[in-house]
Amino acid sequence: MSAREQWVAFLTIVTKEIRRFTRIWPQTLLPPAITMTLYFVIFGNLIGSRIGEMGGFNYMQYIVPGLIMMSVIQNSYGNVVSSFFSTKFQHSIEEMLVSPMPAHVILNGFIVGGMVRGMLVGLIVSLLSLFFTQLSMQHLLITITVVILTAALFALGGFINAIFANKFDDISIVPTFILTPLTYLGGVFYSIDLLPEFWRMVSLANPIVYMVNAFRYGVLGVSDVNVYASLAAIMAFVVAFYLLALWLLQRGTGIRH
Amino acid sequence: MSALTIRNLTKTYANGVHALKGIDLQVEKGDFFALLGPNGAGKSTTIGVISSLVNKTAGDVSIFGHSLDTQRALAKMKIGVVPQEFNFNQFEKVFDIVVTQAGFYGIPVPLARERAEKYLRQLGLWEKRDKQSRTLSGGMKRRLMIARALVHEPELLILDEPTAGVDIELRRSMWDFLTRINGEGKTIILTTHYLEEAESLCRHIAIIDHGIIVENTDMKSLLEKLQVETFILDLARPVTEVPVLEGFEVWLRDSRTLEVAVPKSQSLNTLFVALQEQHFEVMSMRNKANRLEELFVRLVEQNLPGEQAS
Repeated sequence: MSAREQWVAFLTIVTKEIRRFTRIWPQTLLPPAITMTLYFVIFGNLIGSRIGEMGGFNYMQYIVPGLIMMSVIQNSYGNVVSSFFSTKFQHSIEEMLVSPMPAHVILNGFIVGGMVRGMLVGLIVSLLSLFFTQLSMQHLLITITVVILTAALFALGGFINAIFANKFDDISIVPTFILTPLTYLGGVFYSIDLLPEFWRMVSLANPIVYMVNAFRYGVLGVSDVNVYASLAAIMAFVVAFYLLALWLLQRGTGIRH
Repeated sequence: MSALTIRNLTKTYANGVHALKGIDLQVEKGDFFALLGPNGAGKSTTIGVISSLVNKTAGDVSIFGHSLDTQRALAKMKIGVVPQEFNFNQFEKVFDIVVTQAGFYGIPVPLARERAEKYLRQLGLWEKRDKQSRTLSGGMKRRLMIARALVHEPELLILDEPTAGVDIELRRSMWDFLTRINGEGKTIILTTHYLEEAESLCRHIAIIDHGIIVENTDMKSLLEKLQVETFILDLARPVTEVPVLEGFEVWLRDSRTLEVAVPKSQSLNTLFVALQEQHFEVMSMRNKANRLEELFVRLVEQNLPGEQAS
């Protein structure tokens, strides 16, 4: 396939993915908007007003970046894991496997589709947050870089999960038992500096801490960890996950006999 | 030029099943080729390997001279596959399914839409273009898979039991369509359980059983190998005993119906003379099975495990 043909094929998958999640918007775009609005009302307004300041900001301002990242993480992951697994489950993956598309085009198409949903939901949540607080962007480039890398990383995670999944239960295990606890314990609602030293050190092993803090640095200008080290670590994970996903796809793991 | 060349293809699945035991196959450009075999013989595995859905264990596959190992993209551009099972997204619209498939082959959207319209019209699905695919009937879904397989205009079309579960009228219209595109130059490989379909459509045939090719020849030569043809005769008057007709094997199906095996060495005239001598009046006569079916059963029976030549 020529580069131009590969580009057309890539755009075809991305368009197909966007068409899928916008067609079922009450399942994909509406729920995170409602959930995050509830977080803003309950944790931000009602409870937050009693908590007072955190990291030099009022509690609502402090949790907004974390909640935006939470939306990006959950939706990037959720889009790819459900879409790619459904494609496997319905055997429509065969439409792609019989075509001359190289594995990297298929992978890129699904990943970008997942990133678009993650970032679109992030944008919706950001706009909703403006009804509750004011956000001033401190480091725009860092904010955008973190969002893109995080969306890519979790889209890749969703893809790898879907490759190994054999039944629908298998695509909910990781989000329920790994992703959600790591996100809640990833400094979305609190500064890890508040934790006792032992638990603070444990928290530093949680990769989501770095993503949330790097994003918070971009928006508010404060972080519990070194932002540039965080960006480098996320980038390294993206490269590792990409190579793993590509190798699995080329090998046909879970999709070819 | 060969449309498809398979050399010493083997496939052993992870569970140890040897689905293909070193098959060789050649299909010429423009041919209408039937690949027959009982369930589990290795037909779908062969098609799976050709269409890259199954990883081979060993051997070589080339499509129009392009190796699937070294020139994969070029080889895949030449093939269109219509699988046995429906494998499209049930929630997508008919038109979108065909246009999206074209996109996977790098065909730009305007051309993809033009081609989708052309093939959906040819297959009588244009009126259904905006319907979700899950709302189509079984026959329409099969035609949708044919339209999808043709949208990148492949030179070789592979159909895995395309008329399974399709009513007679629709089957005939699909035969006409396939005959027409074959006449226009497209090479077609077909697997089917309807041997009448293979006999009336295909010029060459391979029979696969237990992962080996047991026959590979042109249809005419194959049918000439049929040593015995069995006929059903409906009699005017009932009989009580099996009649003895010299040179023919006879069974009594019921009091008014005879089953007669006619060897290739005997003519039907001889049979009728023998019947007339014994005052049998035959009201109608038909083949017990289609000729290819009869031959197929004999070949497969010969190839039963334990009866194979080593």
